[in-house]
Amino acid sequence: MTSPAFAAPMPSSVRKPARLKSLVTTYRVPLSIIALCLLPWLLPSKALAVNVLVYGVVAVGYNLLFGYTGLLSFGHAAFVGAGAYITGIAIGQFGVPWYAAVLLGVFGGGLLAFAIGALSTRTRGIYFSMVTLALAQLVYYVALQASSWTGGENGLRGFTVNKINLLGYDVNFLDPVNKYYVLMTFAALALWIVSRILNSPFGAAIEAIRENERRASTCGYNVERTKLLSFTLSGTICALGGTMSALHLAFVPLDSLHYHASGMIVMMTLLGGASSFFGPFVGALVFLVMEDVFSLWTSHWQIIVGSIFVLFVLFLPKGIWGTFLARVMR
Amino acid sequence: MSAPLLAVDDIGVRFGGFVALQGVTTAFHPGRVTSIIGPNGAGKSTLFNVLSGVLTPSSGTIRFKGQDLKGTRHHEFVHRGIARSYQITNIFPDLSVHENVRVAAQASRSRYNIWTNRKRFSELDVRADAALESVGLVAKRDEIAKFLAHGQQRALEIAIALISDPEVLLLDEPTAGMGPEETKEMVALLERLAAARTILLVEHKMKMILGLSDRILVLHHGRLIADGSPRDIQTDPEVRRVYLGQNDGYA
Repeated sequence: MTSPAFAAPMPSSVRKPARLKSLVTTYRVPLSIIALCLLPWLLPSKALAVNVLVYGVVAVGYNLLFGYTGLLSFGHAAFVGAGAYITGIAIGQFGVPWYAAVLLGVFGGGLLAFAIGALSTRTRGIYFSMVTLALAQLVYYVALQASSWTGGENGLRGFTVNKINLLGYDVNFLDPVNKYYVLMTFAALALWIVSRILNSPFGAAIEAIRENERRASTCGYNVERTKLLSFTLSGTICALGGTMSALHLAFVPLDSLHYHASGMIVMMTLLGGASSFFGPFVGALVFLVMEDVFSLWTSHWQIIVGSIFVLFVLFLPKGIWGTFLARVMR
Repeated sequence: MSAPLLAVDDIGVRFGGFVALQGVTTAFHPGRVTSIIGPNGAGKSTLFNVLSGVLTPSSGTIRFKGQDLKGTRHHEFVHRGIARSYQITNIFPDLSVHENVRVAAQASRSRYNIWTNRKRFSELDVRADAALESVGLVAKRDEIAKFLAHGQQRALEIAIALISDPEVLLLDEPTAGMGPEETKEMVALLERLAAARTILLVEHKMKMILGLSDRILVLHHGRLIADGSPRDIQTDPEVRRVYLGQNDGYA
Protein backbone atom coordinates (compact mmCIF):
# COMPACT_ATOMS: atom_id res chain seq x y z
CA MET A 1 0.00 0.00 0.00
CA THR A 2 1.22 3.46 -0.80
CA SER A 3 1.15 5.97 2.01
CA PRO A 4 -1.55 8.63 1.72
CA ALA A 5 1.04 11.40 1.42
CA PHE A 6 2.66 9.68 -1.52
CA ALA A 7 -0.62 8.67 -3.09
CA ALA A 8 -2.22 12.11 -2.88
CA PRO A 9 -0.63 13.84 -5.89
CA MET A 10 -1.10 10.75 -8.07
CA PRO A 11 -4.70 11.26 -9.23
CA SER A 12 -4.14 14.76 -10.65
CA SER A 13 -1.07 13.73 -12.61
CA VAL A 14 -2.90 10.71 -13.94
CA ARG A 15 -6.14 12.46 -14.60
CA LYS A 16 -4.96 15.08 -17.05
CA PRO A 17 -3.71 12.81 -19.85
CA ALA A 18 -6.58 10.41 -19.15
CA ARG A 19 -8.93 13.28 -19.85
CA LEU A 20 -7.12 13.93 -23.11
CA LYS A 21 -7.49 10.32 -24.12
CA SER A 22 -11.17 10.24 -23.27
CA LEU A 23 -11.62 13.48 -25.25
CA VAL A 24 -9.93 11.85 -28.23
CA THR A 25 -12.24 8.85 -27.83
CA THR A 26 -15.39 10.90 -27.43
CA TYR A 27 -14.67 13.11 -30.43
CA ARG A 28 -13.05 10.43 -32.54
CA VAL A 29 -15.34 10.97 -35.51
CA PRO A 30 -15.01 14.80 -35.80
CA LEU A 31 -11.25 14.50 -35.19
CA SER A 32 -10.96 11.83 -37.87
CA ILE A 33 -12.85 14.02 -40.32
CA ILE A 34 -10.54 16.96 -39.64
CA ALA A 35 -7.60 14.68 -40.32
CA LEU A 36 -9.22 13.51 -43.56
CA CYS A 37 -9.80 17.11 -44.68
CA LEU A 38 -6.09 17.88 -44.28
CA LEU A 39 -4.83 14.61 -45.73
CA PRO A 40 -4.58 15.48 -49.48
CA TRP A 41 -2.43 18.53 -48.67
CA LEU A 42 0.01 16.48 -46.60
CA LEU A 43 0.56 13.60 -49.03
CA PRO A 44 2.69 13.62 -52.21
CA SER A 45 -0.30 13.08 -54.50
CA LYS A 46 -4.07 13.39 -54.47
CA ALA A 47 -4.39 9.92 -55.99
CA LEU A 48 -2.51 8.49 -53.02
CA ALA A 49 -4.83 10.38 -50.67
CA VAL A 50 -7.89 8.82 -52.33
CA ASN A 51 -6.27 5.41 -52.03
CA VAL A 52 -5.76 6.03 -48.32
CA LEU A 53 -9.46 6.92 -48.01
CA VAL A 54 -10.48 3.70 -49.76
CA TYR A 55 -8.25 1.39 -47.77
CA GLY A 56 -8.80 3.35 -44.57
CA VAL A 57 -12.53 2.64 -44.84
CA VAL A 58 -11.84 -0.99 -45.75
CA ALA A 59 -9.48 -1.50 -42.79
CA VAL A 60 -11.81 0.22 -40.29
CA GLY A 61 -14.69 -1.92 -41.55
CA TYR A 62 -12.55 -5.04 -41.39
CA ASN A 63 -11.53 -4.24 -37.83
CA LEU A 64 -15.14 -4.35 -36.68
CA LEU A 65 -14.86 -8.11 -37.24
CA PHE A 66 -11.18 -8.64 -36.51
CA GLY A 67 -10.31 -6.28 -33.64
CA TYR A 68 -13.70 -6.00 -31.96
CA THR A 69 -15.34 -9.40 -32.57
CA GLY A 70 -12.07 -11.35 -32.55
CA LEU A 71 -12.58 -13.16 -35.86
CA LEU A 72 -9.65 -13.34 -38.29
CA SER A 73 -11.13 -13.32 -41.80
CA PHE A 74 -8.85 -13.88 -44.78
CA GLY A 75 -11.58 -13.22 -47.28
CA HIS A 76 -12.55 -9.57 -47.00
CA ALA A 77 -11.18 -8.76 -50.45
CA ALA A 78 -14.30 -10.52 -51.75
CA PHE A 79 -16.54 -7.78 -50.31
CA VAL A 80 -14.29 -4.92 -51.42
CA GLY A 81 -14.15 -6.47 -54.91
CA ALA A 82 -17.87 -7.21 -54.99
CA GLY A 83 -18.66 -3.59 -54.15
CA ALA A 84 -16.30 -2.39 -56.87
CA TYR A 85 -17.49 -4.82 -59.56
CA ILE A 86 -21.19 -4.27 -58.90
CA THR A 87 -20.75 -0.49 -59.04
CA GLY A 88 -18.69 -0.72 -62.23
CA ILE A 89 -21.08 -3.11 -63.95
CA ALA A 90 -24.12 -1.05 -62.92
CA ILE A 91 -22.63 2.13 -64.37
CA GLY A 92 -20.90 0.67 -67.43
CA GLN A 93 -23.39 -1.94 -68.57
CA PHE A 94 -26.72 -0.69 -67.24
CA GLY A 95 -26.23 3.06 -67.27
CA VAL A 96 -27.26 3.37 -63.63
CA PRO A 97 -26.53 6.80 -62.11
CA TRP A 98 -23.38 6.83 -59.96
CA TYR A 99 -25.11 7.29 -56.60
CA ALA A 100 -27.50 4.39 -57.27
CA ALA A 101 -24.54 2.29 -58.39
CA VAL A 102 -22.83 3.02 -55.05
CA LEU A 103 -25.94 1.88 -53.18
CA LEU A 104 -26.14 -1.27 -55.30
CA GLY A 105 -22.46 -2.01 -54.67
CA VAL A 106 -22.80 -1.57 -50.92
CA PHE A 107 -25.98 -3.62 -50.77
CA GLY A 108 -24.61 -6.37 -53.04
CA GLY A 109 -21.34 -6.59 -51.11
CA GLY A 110 -23.31 -6.74 -47.86
CA LEU A 111 -25.44 -9.57 -49.22
CA LEU A 112 -22.33 -11.51 -50.23
CA ALA A 113 -20.92 -10.91 -46.72
CA PHE A 114 -24.13 -12.27 -45.22
CA ALA A 115 -23.87 -15.41 -47.37
CA ILE A 116 -20.16 -16.03 -46.69
CA GLY A 117 -20.66 -15.11 -43.03
CA ALA A 118 -23.54 -17.57 -42.67
CA LEU A 119 -21.27 -20.38 -43.87
CA SER A 120 -18.04 -19.34 -42.12
CA THR A 121 -19.25 -18.23 -38.66
CA ARG A 122 -20.31 -21.82 -37.95
CA THR A 123 -16.63 -22.66 -37.65
CA ARG A 124 -14.01 -21.38 -35.21
CA GLY A 125 -10.37 -20.37 -35.06
CA ILE A 126 -8.16 -21.40 -37.94
CA TYR A 127 -11.09 -23.15 -39.65
CA PHE A 128 -13.00 -19.90 -39.79
CA SER A 129 -10.03 -18.17 -41.43
CA MET A 130 -9.65 -21.00 -43.94
CA VAL A 131 -13.35 -21.07 -44.85
CA THR A 132 -13.37 -17.30 -45.47
CA LEU A 133 -10.21 -17.66 -47.58
CA ALA A 134 -11.68 -20.50 -49.64
CA LEU A 135 -15.04 -18.82 -50.22
CA ALA A 136 -13.34 -15.56 -51.21
CA GLN A 137 -11.16 -17.44 -53.72
CA LEU A 138 -14.37 -18.92 -55.09
CA VAL A 139 -15.60 -15.38 -55.72
CA TYR A 140 -12.26 -14.62 -57.41
CA TYR A 141 -12.65 -17.54 -59.81
CA VAL A 142 -16.26 -16.67 -60.56
CA ALA A 143 -15.11 -13.16 -61.55
CA LEU A 144 -12.30 -14.67 -63.64
CA GLN A 145 -14.67 -17.00 -65.51
CA ALA A 146 -17.58 -14.60 -65.98
CA SER A 147 -15.44 -12.46 -68.26
CA SER A 148 -18.34 -11.16 -70.36
CA TRP A 149 -19.53 -9.37 -67.22
CA THR A 150 -16.31 -8.68 -65.40
CA GLY A 151 -13.68 -8.44 -68.14
CA GLY A 152 -11.98 -11.52 -66.67
CA GLU A 153 -8.24 -11.23 -66.32
CA ASN A 154 -8.16 -7.75 -67.84
CA GLY A 155 -10.35 -6.34 -65.14
CA LEU A 156 -13.44 -4.22 -65.52
CA ARG A 157 -13.23 -1.00 -67.57
CA GLY A 158 -15.48 1.40 -69.36
CA PHE A 159 -17.46 3.08 -66.62
CA THR A 160 -15.65 6.38 -66.15
CA VAL A 161 -17.61 8.91 -64.17
CA ASN A 162 -16.65 12.34 -65.53
CA LYS A 163 -19.14 14.54 -63.91
CA ILE A 164 -21.45 14.22 -61.00
CA ASN A 165 -24.37 16.35 -60.07
CA LEU A 166 -24.46 17.49 -56.47
CA LEU A 167 -27.43 19.56 -55.34
CA GLY A 168 -27.86 21.07 -58.81
CA TYR A 169 -24.16 21.79 -59.36
CA ASP A 170 -22.14 19.84 -61.90
CA VAL A 171 -18.88 18.76 -60.28
CA ASN A 172 -15.95 17.75 -62.45
CA PHE A 173 -15.13 14.34 -61.01
CA LEU A 174 -11.88 14.07 -62.97
CA ASP A 175 -10.43 16.88 -60.87
CA PRO A 176 -8.46 15.11 -58.11
CA VAL A 177 -9.42 17.57 -55.36
CA ASN A 178 -13.13 17.36 -56.16
CA LYS A 179 -12.90 13.61 -56.35
CA TYR A 180 -11.14 13.47 -53.00
CA TYR A 181 -13.69 15.54 -51.15
CA VAL A 182 -16.68 13.74 -52.65
CA LEU A 183 -15.24 10.35 -51.70
CA MET A 184 -14.19 11.74 -48.32
CA THR A 185 -17.86 12.32 -47.57
CA PHE A 186 -18.44 8.59 -47.98
CA ALA A 187 -15.42 7.80 -45.82
CA ALA A 188 -16.65 10.18 -43.11
CA LEU A 189 -20.06 8.52 -43.24
CA ALA A 190 -18.47 5.08 -42.89
CA LEU A 191 -16.35 6.18 -39.91
CA TRP A 192 -19.39 7.68 -38.23
CA ILE A 193 -21.43 4.49 -38.76
CA VAL A 194 -18.65 2.23 -37.43
CA SER A 195 -18.18 4.50 -34.42
CA ARG A 196 -21.89 4.33 -33.63
CA ILE A 197 -21.87 0.54 -33.96
CA LEU A 198 -18.91 0.30 -31.57
CA ASN A 199 -20.69 2.54 -29.05
CA SER A 200 -23.95 0.61 -29.27
CA PRO A 201 -25.13 -2.29 -27.09
CA PHE A 202 -24.23 -4.54 -30.02
CA GLY A 203 -20.69 -3.16 -29.79
CA ALA A 204 -20.54 -4.36 -26.18
CA ALA A 205 -21.90 -7.77 -27.22
CA ILE A 206 -19.21 -8.37 -29.85
CA GLU A 207 -16.48 -7.36 -27.41
CA ALA A 208 -17.90 -9.84 -24.90
CA ILE A 209 -17.76 -12.56 -27.56
CA ARG A 210 -14.16 -11.64 -28.40
CA GLU A 211 -13.25 -11.78 -24.72
CA ASN A 212 -14.95 -15.05 -23.85
CA GLU A 213 -17.33 -16.76 -26.21
CA ARG A 214 -18.61 -19.32 -23.71
CA ARG A 215 -19.28 -16.70 -21.05
CA ALA A 216 -21.08 -14.47 -23.56
CA SER A 217 -23.30 -17.38 -24.49
CA THR A 218 -23.97 -18.22 -20.83
CA CYS A 219 -24.91 -14.56 -20.28
CA GLY A 220 -27.62 -14.96 -22.91
CA TYR A 221 -26.04 -13.75 -26.16
CA ASN A 222 -26.70 -15.81 -29.28
CA VAL A 223 -23.09 -16.08 -30.35
CA GLU A 224 -23.69 -17.38 -33.90
CA ARG A 225 -26.22 -14.71 -34.76
CA THR A 226 -24.15 -11.90 -33.25
CA LYS A 227 -21.06 -13.01 -35.20
CA LEU A 228 -23.07 -13.18 -38.41
CA LEU A 229 -24.39 -9.65 -37.91
CA SER A 230 -20.88 -8.39 -37.20
CA PHE A 231 -19.54 -10.18 -40.28
CA THR A 232 -22.27 -8.69 -42.47
CA LEU A 233 -21.79 -5.14 -41.18
CA SER A 234 -18.03 -5.44 -41.57
CA GLY A 235 -18.38 -6.74 -45.13
CA THR A 236 -20.83 -3.98 -45.99
CA ILE A 237 -18.40 -1.26 -44.89
CA CYS A 238 -15.67 -2.96 -46.94
CA ALA A 239 -18.01 -3.01 -49.93
CA LEU A 240 -18.42 0.76 -49.56
CA GLY A 241 -14.63 1.03 -49.74
CA GLY A 242 -14.79 -1.06 -52.92
CA THR A 243 -17.36 1.19 -54.59
CA MET A 244 -15.22 4.22 -53.71
CA SER A 245 -12.22 2.56 -55.32
CA ALA A 246 -14.24 1.81 -58.48
CA LEU A 247 -15.32 5.47 -58.77
CA HIS A 248 -11.76 6.59 -58.12
CA LEU A 249 -9.92 4.35 -60.60
CA ALA A 250 -12.70 3.90 -63.18
CA PHE A 251 -11.26 0.41 -63.28
CA VAL A 252 -11.59 -2.76 -61.21
CA PRO A 253 -8.52 -5.01 -61.38
CA LEU A 254 -9.18 -8.73 -60.97
CA ASP A 255 -6.43 -8.73 -58.34
CA SER A 256 -8.68 -6.71 -56.05
CA LEU A 257 -10.47 -10.01 -55.33
CA HIS A 258 -7.33 -12.06 -54.81
CA TYR A 259 -6.36 -13.31 -51.36
CA HIS A 260 -3.26 -11.09 -51.54
CA ALA A 261 -5.67 -8.18 -51.22
CA SER A 262 -7.28 -9.83 -48.17
CA GLY A 263 -3.85 -10.29 -46.64
CA MET A 264 -3.03 -6.64 -47.26
CA ILE A 265 -6.17 -5.60 -45.34
CA VAL A 266 -5.06 -7.74 -42.38
CA MET A 267 -1.54 -6.22 -42.56
CA MET A 268 -2.83 -2.65 -42.62
CA THR A 269 -5.09 -3.34 -39.64
CA LEU A 270 -2.31 -4.91 -37.58
CA LEU A 271 0.19 -2.21 -38.55
CA GLY A 272 -2.10 0.58 -37.35
CA GLY A 273 -3.45 -1.34 -34.37
CA ALA A 274 -6.51 -3.56 -34.13
CA SER A 275 -7.38 -2.45 -30.60
CA SER A 276 -8.46 1.06 -31.54
CA PHE A 277 -11.09 2.70 -33.71
CA PHE A 278 -8.78 4.81 -35.86
CA GLY A 279 -5.75 2.48 -35.80
CA PRO A 280 -6.62 0.57 -38.99
CA PHE A 281 -7.01 3.86 -40.85
CA VAL A 282 -3.55 4.92 -39.72
CA GLY A 283 -2.29 1.49 -40.78
CA ALA A 284 -3.72 1.95 -44.27
CA LEU A 285 -2.15 5.40 -44.47
CA VAL A 286 1.30 4.25 -43.39
CA PHE A 287 1.19 1.14 -45.56
CA LEU A 288 0.23 3.04 -48.71
CA VAL A 289 2.69 5.86 -48.09
CA MET A 290 5.47 3.32 -47.57
CA GLU A 291 4.46 1.60 -50.80
CA ASP A 292 4.44 4.94 -52.60
CA VAL A 293 7.83 6.05 -51.30
CA PHE A 294 9.73 2.76 -51.35
CA SER A 295 8.49 1.72 -54.78
CA LEU A 296 10.29 4.80 -56.16
CA TRP A 297 13.57 3.43 -54.83
CA THR A 298 13.20 -0.23 -55.59
CA SER A 299 10.81 -2.65 -57.20
CA HIS A 300 11.34 -4.86 -54.14
CA TRP A 301 9.53 -2.41 -51.86
CA GLN A 302 7.57 -5.30 -50.34
CA ILE A 303 10.74 -6.49 -48.59
CA ILE A 304 10.99 -3.20 -46.71
CA VAL A 305 7.27 -2.95 -45.94
CA GLY A 306 7.21 -6.60 -44.89
CA SER A 307 10.19 -6.17 -42.56
CA ILE A 308 8.63 -3.13 -40.92
CA PHE A 309 5.38 -5.08 -40.53
CA VAL A 310 7.19 -7.98 -38.85
CA LEU A 311 9.00 -5.59 -36.48
CA PHE A 312 5.68 -4.07 -35.48
CA VAL A 313 4.01 -7.41 -34.86
CA LEU A 314 6.99 -8.54 -32.76
CA PHE A 315 7.75 -5.41 -30.77
CA LEU A 316 4.70 -3.15 -30.92
CA PRO A 317 1.73 -5.51 -31.08
CA LYS A 318 -0.67 -2.65 -30.43
CA GLY A 319 0.33 -1.12 -33.77
CA ILE A 320 1.24 2.47 -34.55
CA TRP A 321 -1.93 4.14 -33.33
CA GLY A 322 -2.50 1.75 -30.42
CA THR A 323 1.04 2.38 -29.17
CA PHE A 324 0.59 6.11 -29.60
CA LEU A 325 -2.64 6.05 -27.57
CA ALA A 326 -1.06 3.89 -24.87
CA ARG A 327 2.26 5.75 -24.54
CA VAL A 328 1.56 9.37 -25.40
CA MET A 329 -2.01 9.77 -24.20
CA ARG A 330 -1.83 7.38 -21.30
CA MET B 1 -44.30 -29.29 -0.65
CA SER B 2 -44.56 -26.92 -3.61
CA ALA B 3 -44.15 -28.10 -7.21
CA PRO B 4 -40.54 -28.60 -8.33
CA LEU B 5 -38.87 -25.69 -10.11
CA LEU B 6 -36.41 -27.82 -12.02
CA ALA B 7 -36.75 -31.54 -12.60
CA VAL B 8 -34.71 -34.10 -14.49
CA ASP B 9 -36.05 -37.49 -15.48
CA ASP B 10 -33.85 -40.45 -16.34
CA ILE B 11 -30.99 -38.32 -17.68
CA GLY B 12 -28.18 -40.15 -19.45
CA VAL B 13 -25.03 -38.66 -20.99
CA ARG B 14 -22.61 -40.70 -23.05
CA PHE B 15 -19.32 -39.53 -24.57
CA GLY B 16 -18.56 -42.25 -27.11
CA GLY B 17 -18.28 -45.39 -25.00
CA PHE B 18 -17.92 -43.54 -21.70
CA VAL B 19 -21.06 -43.22 -19.61
CA ALA B 20 -20.86 -39.91 -17.72
CA LEU B 21 -24.40 -39.95 -16.34
CA GLN B 22 -26.92 -42.74 -16.16
CA GLY B 23 -30.57 -42.77 -15.11
CA VAL B 24 -30.43 -39.62 -12.99
CA THR B 25 -33.89 -38.63 -11.81
CA THR B 26 -34.44 -35.87 -9.28
CA ALA B 27 -36.20 -32.56 -8.70
CA PHE B 28 -35.22 -29.24 -7.18
CA HIS B 29 -37.70 -27.20 -5.18
CA PRO B 30 -37.76 -23.41 -4.86
CA GLY B 31 -35.80 -21.63 -2.19
CA ARG B 32 -33.45 -24.40 -1.17
CA VAL B 33 -29.75 -25.03 -1.34
CA THR B 34 -28.88 -28.40 -2.82
CA SER B 35 -25.29 -29.59 -2.98
CA ILE B 36 -24.07 -32.21 -5.39
CA ILE B 37 -21.06 -34.16 -4.21
CA GLY B 38 -19.11 -37.15 -5.37
CA PRO B 39 -15.53 -38.18 -6.14
CA ASN B 40 -13.75 -36.72 -9.17
CA GLY B 41 -15.31 -37.99 -12.38
CA ALA B 42 -18.62 -38.80 -10.68
CA GLY B 43 -20.55 -36.68 -13.20
CA LYS B 44 -21.19 -33.53 -11.14
CA SER B 45 -20.02 -31.07 -13.77
CA THR B 46 -21.74 -33.09 -16.48
CA LEU B 47 -25.01 -32.80 -14.59
CA PHE B 48 -24.45 -29.03 -14.30
CA ASN B 49 -23.74 -28.83 -18.02
CA VAL B 50 -27.02 -30.62 -18.71
CA LEU B 51 -28.96 -28.37 -16.31
CA SER B 52 -27.57 -25.23 -17.97
CA GLY B 53 -27.88 -26.38 -21.59
CA VAL B 54 -24.15 -26.60 -22.28
CA LEU B 55 -24.69 -30.29 -23.02
CA THR B 56 -27.71 -31.93 -24.57
CA PRO B 57 -28.29 -35.22 -22.72
CA SER B 58 -28.17 -38.44 -24.73
CA SER B 59 -31.45 -39.47 -23.11
CA GLY B 60 -34.01 -38.23 -20.60
CA THR B 61 -35.85 -34.93 -20.10
CA ILE B 62 -35.33 -31.70 -18.17
CA ARG B 63 -38.31 -29.66 -17.08
CA PHE B 64 -38.22 -26.11 -15.79
CA LYS B 65 -41.48 -24.88 -14.22
CA GLY B 66 -43.20 -27.80 -15.91
CA GLN B 67 -41.89 -26.97 -19.38
CA ASP B 68 -39.71 -29.39 -21.30
CA LEU B 69 -36.38 -27.72 -22.12
CA LYS B 70 -35.69 -30.03 -25.06
CA GLY B 71 -34.30 -27.96 -27.95
CA THR B 72 -33.65 -24.93 -25.74
CA ARG B 73 -30.18 -23.63 -26.58
CA HIS B 74 -27.55 -22.75 -24.01
CA HIS B 75 -27.85 -18.97 -24.43
CA GLU B 76 -31.62 -19.17 -23.86
CA PHE B 77 -31.32 -20.78 -20.43
CA VAL B 78 -30.43 -17.53 -18.69
CA HIS B 79 -33.49 -15.86 -20.23
CA ARG B 80 -35.66 -18.67 -18.83
CA GLY B 81 -34.21 -18.09 -15.36
CA ILE B 82 -31.30 -20.52 -14.99
CA ALA B 83 -27.84 -18.97 -14.57
CA ARG B 84 -24.51 -20.55 -13.71
CA SER B 85 -20.86 -20.11 -12.82
CA TYR B 86 -18.02 -22.35 -13.94
CA GLN B 87 -15.47 -24.46 -12.12
CA ILE B 88 -12.63 -22.69 -13.92
CA THR B 89 -13.11 -18.94 -13.62
CA ASN B 90 -15.01 -17.70 -16.63
CA ILE B 91 -15.12 -13.92 -16.93
CA PHE B 92 -14.32 -11.27 -19.57
CA PRO B 93 -10.62 -10.80 -18.69
CA ASP B 94 -9.81 -7.53 -20.51
CA LEU B 95 -12.98 -5.67 -19.57
CA SER B 96 -13.31 -3.69 -16.35
CA VAL B 97 -15.14 -5.25 -13.42
CA HIS B 98 -18.08 -2.94 -14.05
CA GLU B 99 -18.15 -3.70 -17.78
CA ASN B 100 -18.11 -7.43 -17.04
CA VAL B 101 -21.35 -7.20 -15.09
CA ARG B 102 -22.87 -4.53 -17.28
CA VAL B 103 -22.53 -6.51 -20.49
CA ALA B 104 -24.11 -9.47 -18.71
CA ALA B 105 -27.01 -7.24 -17.62
CA GLN B 106 -27.36 -5.90 -21.14
CA ALA B 107 -28.11 -9.37 -22.52
CA SER B 108 -31.65 -9.20 -21.17
CA ARG B 109 -32.19 -5.66 -22.44
CA SER B 110 -30.53 -5.21 -25.83
CA ARG B 111 -28.53 -7.64 -27.91
CA TYR B 112 -28.77 -6.46 -31.52
CA ASN B 113 -29.21 -2.70 -31.25
CA ILE B 114 -26.40 -1.31 -33.42
CA TRP B 115 -27.36 2.35 -33.30
CA THR B 116 -28.24 3.71 -29.85
CA ASN B 117 -25.36 4.83 -27.65
CA ARG B 118 -25.07 2.19 -24.94
CA LYS B 119 -24.54 4.90 -22.31
CA ARG B 120 -28.22 5.71 -22.67
CA PHE B 121 -29.07 2.42 -21.01
CA SER B 122 -28.09 3.90 -17.66
CA GLU B 123 -30.32 1.52 -15.69
CA LEU B 124 -27.76 -1.16 -16.62
CA ASP B 125 -25.07 0.76 -14.74
CA VAL B 126 -27.30 0.91 -11.69
CA ARG B 127 -28.03 -2.81 -11.88
CA ALA B 128 -24.35 -3.64 -12.44
CA ASP B 129 -23.25 -1.58 -9.45
CA ALA B 130 -25.93 -3.17 -7.28
CA ALA B 131 -24.67 -6.63 -8.24
CA LEU B 132 -21.10 -5.61 -7.46
CA GLU B 133 -22.28 -4.26 -4.13
CA SER B 134 -23.91 -7.58 -3.28
CA VAL B 135 -20.67 -9.51 -3.85
CA GLY B 136 -18.48 -6.84 -2.25
CA LEU B 137 -16.61 -5.68 -5.34
CA VAL B 138 -17.73 -2.05 -5.58
CA ALA B 139 -14.26 -0.80 -4.65
CA LYS B 140 -12.79 -2.70 -7.60
CA ARG B 141 -15.38 -1.35 -10.06
CA ASP B 142 -12.96 0.18 -12.58
CA GLU B 143 -10.17 -2.37 -12.41
CA ILE B 144 -9.47 -4.70 -15.31
CA ALA B 145 -10.94 -8.06 -14.39
CA LYS B 146 -7.83 -10.14 -15.09
CA PHE B 147 -5.85 -8.18 -12.48
CA LEU B 148 -8.21 -9.11 -9.63
CA ALA B 149 -7.18 -11.65 -7.02
CA HIS B 150 -8.45 -15.16 -7.63
CA GLY B 151 -11.16 -14.96 -4.98
CA GLN B 152 -12.37 -11.64 -6.35
CA GLN B 153 -12.58 -13.10 -9.84
CA ARG B 154 -14.76 -15.91 -8.44
CA ALA B 155 -16.98 -13.32 -6.76
CA LEU B 156 -17.14 -11.36 -10.02
CA GLU B 157 -18.33 -14.45 -11.84
CA ILE B 158 -21.10 -14.86 -9.29
CA ALA B 159 -22.09 -11.22 -9.83
CA ILE B 160 -22.24 -11.92 -13.59
CA ALA B 161 -24.49 -14.92 -12.95
CA LEU B 162 -26.64 -13.00 -10.46
CA ILE B 163 -27.30 -10.01 -12.70
CA SER B 164 -30.05 -11.81 -14.62
CA ASP B 165 -31.88 -12.29 -11.30
CA PRO B 166 -32.13 -16.04 -11.95
CA GLU B 167 -34.62 -18.29 -10.18
CA VAL B 168 -32.06 -21.08 -10.21
CA LEU B 169 -28.38 -20.42 -9.67
CA LEU B 170 -25.89 -23.18 -10.47
CA LEU B 171 -22.50 -22.70 -8.83
CA ASP B 172 -19.73 -25.06 -9.88
CA GLU B 173 -17.15 -25.12 -7.08
CA PRO B 174 -17.35 -21.43 -6.18
CA THR B 175 -14.49 -21.81 -3.69
CA ALA B 176 -12.16 -23.77 -6.00
CA GLY B 177 -8.56 -22.72 -5.45
CA MET B 178 -9.43 -20.40 -2.57
CA GLY B 179 -7.59 -20.03 0.70
CA PRO B 180 -9.42 -20.25 4.05
CA GLU B 181 -10.00 -16.49 4.30
CA GLU B 182 -11.46 -16.18 0.80
CA THR B 183 -13.56 -19.31 1.38
CA LYS B 184 -15.03 -17.78 4.51
CA GLU B 185 -16.06 -14.68 2.58
CA MET B 186 -17.57 -16.80 -0.18
CA VAL B 187 -19.57 -18.85 2.32
CA ALA B 188 -20.94 -15.64 3.84
CA LEU B 189 -21.89 -14.48 0.34
CA LEU B 190 -23.62 -17.78 -0.46
CA GLU B 191 -25.55 -17.63 2.80
CA ARG B 192 -26.87 -14.20 1.85
CA LEU B 193 -27.81 -15.40 -1.64
CA ALA B 194 -29.48 -18.54 -0.34
CA ALA B 195 -32.05 -16.47 1.51
CA ALA B 196 -33.70 -15.43 -1.76
CA ARG B 197 -33.17 -18.11 -4.38
CA THR B 198 -32.75 -21.72 -5.39
CA ILE B 199 -29.11 -22.68 -5.42
CA LEU B 200 -27.41 -25.80 -6.73
CA LEU B 201 -23.86 -26.22 -5.61
CA VAL B 202 -21.04 -28.51 -6.64
CA GLU B 203 -18.38 -28.52 -3.95
CA HIS B 204 -15.60 -30.56 -2.45
CA LYS B 205 -15.29 -28.79 0.90
CA MET B 206 -17.43 -31.00 3.14
CA LYS B 207 -17.57 -28.75 6.15
CA MET B 208 -18.89 -25.92 4.03
CA ILE B 209 -21.47 -28.12 2.29
CA LEU B 210 -22.80 -29.56 5.53
CA GLY B 211 -23.30 -26.07 6.90
CA LEU B 212 -24.89 -24.52 3.83
CA SER B 213 -27.06 -27.21 2.29
CA ASP B 214 -30.68 -28.12 2.90
CA ARG B 215 -30.16 -31.26 0.88
CA ILE B 216 -27.28 -33.24 -0.58
CA LEU B 217 -27.13 -35.45 -3.67
CA VAL B 218 -24.31 -37.94 -4.03
CA LEU B 219 -23.14 -39.03 -7.47
CA HIS B 220 -20.83 -41.97 -8.09
CA HIS B 221 -19.80 -43.25 -11.53
CA GLY B 222 -22.60 -41.22 -13.11
CA ARG B 223 -25.34 -42.63 -10.88
CA LEU B 224 -27.25 -40.98 -8.08
CA ILE B 225 -26.46 -43.11 -5.03
CA ALA B 226 -27.89 -40.99 -2.22
CA ASP B 227 -30.25 -38.08 -1.70
CA GLY B 228 -31.10 -36.57 1.65
CA SER B 229 -30.43 -34.04 4.39
CA PRO B 230 -26.81 -33.42 5.41
CA ARG B 231 -27.42 -35.57 8.51
CA ASP B 232 -28.77 -38.49 6.43
CA ILE B 233 -25.87 -38.28 4.03
CA GLN B 234 -23.29 -38.30 6.80
CA THR B 235 -24.68 -41.54 8.18
CA ASP B 236 -25.49 -43.24 4.87
CA PRO B 237 -23.36 -46.40 4.75
CA GLU B 238 -23.16 -46.46 0.96
CA VAL B 239 -21.90 -42.87 0.87
CA ARG B 240 -19.38 -43.56 3.58
CA ARG B 241 -18.12 -46.53 1.63
CA VAL B 242 -17.69 -44.87 -1.81
CA TYR B 243 -16.91 -41.36 -0.85
CA LEU B 244 -16.18 -40.27 2.66
CA GLY B 245 -14.28 -43.36 3.68
CA GLN B 246 -11.97 -43.38 0.68
CA ASN B 247 -11.17 -39.74 0.67
CA ASP B 248 -10.20 -38.75 4.16
CA GLY B 249 -9.01 -35.43 2.80
CA TYR B 250 -12.51 -34.38 1.92
CA ALA B 251 -14.23 -35.53 5.10
